[in-house]
Amino acid sequence: MKRRGSIAVVGAAETDNIGVIPDTSNMQLNAEAALNAMRDAALQPRDIDGIACGYVSPVDLASYLGIYPTWYEGTSIGGCSWINMVRHAAAAIDAGYCSTVLVVHGESGRSRVAGPYYGHVEPGSFGDQFANPYGWSGAASMFTLPVLRYMSEFKVSEEELAAVAVAQSQWAAQNPRAMKRDATTIDAVLSSPMIAYPFRRDMCCLVADGGAALVLTSADRARDFPKPPVYILGSGEAAESNVCSIAEVRDLLRPEFVRVSARQAFHSAGLTPADIDHVMIYDAFAHNPLQGLEGLGFLDYGEAAAFIAAGHTAPGGRLPLNTNGGGLRYAHTGSYGMFAMQESIRQVRGEAPAQVRGVRTSLCHGWGGFYSACATLILSNEQP
Amino acid sequence: MTHLPLITPETRHFWEGAGRGELLLQQCGDCGHVYFPPRPFCPRCASKNVKVFAASGRATLYSYVINHRPPPGWPKEPFSIAIVALAEGPKMVSNIVECPQTPDALALDMPLTVTFKKLSDEIFVPVFRPAERAS
Repeated sequence: MKRRGSIAVVGAAETDNIGVIPDTSNMQLNAEAALNAMRDAALQPRDIDGIACGYVSPVDLASYLGIYPTWYEGTSIGGCSWINMVRHAAAAIDAGYCSTVLVVHGESGRSRVAGPYYGHVEPGSFGDQFANPYGWSGAASMFTLPVLRYMSEFKVSEEELAAVAVAQSQWAAQNPRAMKRDATTIDAVLSSPMIAYPFRRDMCCLVADGGAALVLTSADRARDFPKPPVYILGSGEAAESNVCSIAEVRDLLRPEFVRVSARQAFHSAGLTPADIDHVMIYDAFAHNPLQGLEGLGFLDYGEAAAFIAAGHTAPGGRLPLNTNGGGLRYAHTGSYGMFAMQESIRQVRGEAPAQVRGVRTSLCHGWGGFYSACATLILSNEQP
Repeated sequence: MTHLPLITPETRHFWEGAGRGELLLQQCGDCGHVYFPPRPFCPRCASKNVKVFAASGRATLYSYVINHRPPPGWPKEPFSIAIVALAEGPKMVSNIVECPQTPDALALDMPLTVTFKKLSDEIFVPVFRPAERAS
């Protein structure tokens, strides 16, 4: 961005329902999310001149919505893609390529109605040749590969891993839209079925249908919309490995790409972790918030598990984290980054179901693939 | 049906080596970088002066999961999916075989030796078994 806060979110909304939606196609979930965000911003198709979406062609989606864009973008590098898109769209608006951008996610991740169609592991790719022959059966048996080493290195117990799900369940219990609303316990998490040792079901994200979208424009125009603007203070992104080659990440315990993305985001925002009131860290699995808190600089390496187990990220704690319940308790369509951003936006707007008092700044961090990429965004309700 | 990878022109040497019982890596002739997976240039310095060589087959167990949800075509019993650290430096995803698929038997840092699992006449996948103790 040219300057801090030069771009703002002026519309944001999720699909009417989230969870099991067997009567809506993958494309229509994108469209429903887009229409809801446009309504939130009181915009019509003719008002939009830029569009971004993932695993669906942005040109196809624009056409479906009746939008004739002069800028389009389709980064599809995993679940954080929508956070990257906000960063890219902010740059495009600053550059004058477009003025009003719709960033859209929709995914029939559970019911699989006409999609989603991923291209992650094409025949002949490294993933096809050097990961697929080993019998991984979904993210739960690939994204989780480094965790036993992490637990060994940093003396993290299975109870502490379970405590991540417990803390987030306490937020989800306050959220009527969360798919799992019961406040759980460490014993209950550790009694849930084993999926991929040491990961049990309740340490793994939910599988849902749904979508969400947001509208970006320049801060100069942002006060002309019905909702108070949410300013983009800073952003970052980085990549480290092939989507299916987690073994190639140079340091799986202290991943470099997370630090790079965080450094960009904090530097561009002119802030430090101490300035952040609220945090969203993409939790496909219970270890992601641990490595996120450490890599983003909120804690030192090895400190996160005890920090979460002590309740510091739960309701009433000093660092509210994943306050919608997260991918573990709220919803996860297969790509969760947009939902993490929606909760950051709700919190800085002051309209979250489990609203934290006095949130001025929120940091949202997402992963793409299995530690192959990431993106970081810092949002605020105050223009710098 | 077990997954059969699609061999590309750039990886054919690797799979032919695996068929002979060799784990082939590549090393840059300019900067010395040893890397995997195979490609005809160095991903550190972009040199095309790279050579293929047979690795020792020695590795250690870096980390793993025990997958309780085998994909279609696999035996129903839980099995390990691991990251192994090769003696030459690169890490790779693999399976640990010829030992109980339990946390007690699968100790981090245990020494491993490569072996090959036949998937088809053309595809032999490198997997790892516990190394015999040196006597």
